[in-house]
Amino acid sequence: MREITISKAINEAMFEEMRRDETVFLMGEDVAEAGHPFKFYDGLVEEFGTTRVIDTPIAEPGYMGIAVGSAMTGMRPVVDLMFGDFLYLVMDQLCNQAAKTHYMSGGKLSVPLVVHTNLGATRRSAAQHSQSLHALVAHIPGLKVALPSSAYETKGLMKTAIRDNNPVVVFHDKMAYQEKAHVPEEEYLLPFGQANVLREGSDVTLIGTSSMVRVCERAADMLAADGISAEVIDPRTIVPLDEETILASVRKTSRAIVVDEGHQSFGVTAEIASRINEKAFYHLDAPVIRLGAMDVPVPFSPVLEDKTVPSSEGVAEKARLICSGKLIHAL
Amino acid sequence: MAKTKKLASKANTEAYLRMYSQMVRIRTFEENANQLYLDAKMPGLTHMYSGEEAVAVGICEALRVTDKITSTHRGHGHCVAKGADFKEMFCELLGKEEGYCRGKGGSMHIADQSNGNLGANAIVGGSMGIATGSALRAKMQGSDEVTVCFFGDGATAQGLMYEVMNMAALWKLPVIYACENNGYSEYTPTSEIAAGSIRARAEAFGIEAHQVDGQDVLAVNALTQSLVDRARKGEGPFFIELITYRYQGHHVGDINREYYRSKAEEAEWKANRDPINNFGAWLIEEGVVSEDELAGIVTGIEQEAADAVSYALGASYPDAAEAEMHVYAGTA
Repeated sequence: MREITISKAINEAMFEEMRRDETVFLMGEDVAEAGHPFKFYDGLVEEFGTTRVIDTPIAEPGYMGIAVGSAMTGMRPVVDLMFGDFLYLVMDQLCNQAAKTHYMSGGKLSVPLVVHTNLGATRRSAAQHSQSLHALVAHIPGLKVALPSSAYETKGLMKTAIRDNNPVVVFHDKMAYQEKAHVPEEEYLLPFGQANVLREGSDVTLIGTSSMVRVCERAADMLAADGISAEVIDPRTIVPLDEETILASVRKTSRAIVVDEGHQSFGVTAEIASRINEKAFYHLDAPVIRLGAMDVPVPFSPVLEDKTVPSSEGVAEKARLICSGKLIHAL
Repeated sequence: MAKTKKLASKANTEAYLRMYSQMVRIRTFEENANQLYLDAKMPGLTHMYSGEEAVAVGICEALRVTDKITSTHRGHGHCVAKGADFKEMFCELLGKEEGYCRGKGGSMHIADQSNGNLGANAIVGGSMGIATGSALRAKMQGSDEVTVCFFGDGATAQGLMYEVMNMAALWKLPVIYACENNGYSEYTPTSEIAAGSIRARAEAFGIEAHQVDGQDVLAVNALTQSLVDRARKGEGPFFIELITYRYQGHHVGDINREYYRSKAEEAEWKANRDPINNFGAWLIEEGVVSEDELAGIVTGIEQEAADAVSYALGASYPDAAEAEMHVYAGTA
């Protein structure tokens, strides 16, 4: 099977969906002729023109609001937010308007809209271009949140997001746009709420999201060398969350580590760990461990920045500890 | 805003009576809503449109049912003027299953998409992007539909307005920004929150801006009709500042308000600038209709409202299980 990058997967998903459905359009900063600074929209404006590939002023709340209004009246906008950090700018239009319109109207209006953005640190971009804010939107009922971890997930989840009748926020790891994976030539969709078990194991379950899926896979390799068998799960979407696949795995392995690049406090790791505790408590042999980004703004200096995100070594170390059989209360 | 002497045209009788009736329907709706609040029969509180009727009615009379509007927290007037039904509106205010939003929205979120009302909005200025997006969609679809964005003077302080007016002007969108300047931003005189001129805000983007007496339904309607016709031909966007007055406080509970607005000022507007009384007097003076006929219209509407209130009071609440419904839209 051919291999393509995440960037190419985004490009193919956009081409296919815009050809399939003429209500799909793209708007954002420098998405047309520039094709976005990360270049994943190359060629779209040449095929679909500037009426469907719209360069906007640098006015995120304004064009987010315009996208919401167009979605409420029959279009399917894909709104590009160049950096996930800009989510703070659009919170009213996304969380007060888009997320609540279907509910507040008693189901009469809907907002089929995709916010296409990114997450992830270690690009040396400092505190306002490096955040992983997916937990922020996952907290809001009415929004769906997809975290594609490879080119395969990217294409399948992007296409599903564009066809969904709700506002969906899709986050890519900005460090991974050039990573390649096997992607079929033929069309496919990936359903929301269905986790992917990347490798099976019997001693510990590693649940990783987005950029942290590769971190968990590398940790599993290290653990294998120590004779520890790790299962690796990628939830693919956190809203909806495939609780069943996670719980089934933990019931089998009796141990779990949740790894996510959002800040550790009040975030995705807390939510998933809590559900495991509530629903698989008597299957656990050790506390569920959480590894998120440090609770600090992302620093600029590489020496500092690298320290703030979970690493494969860190995941492996925690896994060895909880598999050791020693009682652990203060990790 | 000097009032020009207008002469009634026989051909317009039907439109005159429709506008008169719609203004009375709004006033009557609000009086009943206020009473429901005073009688503690309505959950929460609400923001009264009384006094501003000529704005919503003059504008909506110029629109087709397929044209879209976005509304505000003070939205009952827009909703009625765009064609909504009393029963479903009162049911919504009381949180009943048969309300426009099955009781999930309430006064501040009534939406009636069957008549092109994309919804009231409890965030001041929050619907400006939605209205502009609806206009972008109309343009993309090649339709001649127009969208009117209602908002108050208070909303001109929100940054969103400037971002979307910029894009509407750049892209020549068929949207009309209708600023209902009732002189007060919640509990604060507009003069204390708005520097410079309201219209100049739109003019800075090259948007043609007008000011009109918002108490004169015919003036509002004539201006809007001409702008709507031009917006359909791609000449938009436009901006209208409508000088109007809200008879009650910011909301029904805002009773003691002399610290920001005098009783004399309120009395003056009610006595001399009431949109319904003035239009009714003109209709009689022009021989369009008799005093008795107007009284008959009012009585009929009062009965319609009383029936709708009584229906809504007796209507069922949604099943509690509906709390979890409509969070997400299913597949179409």
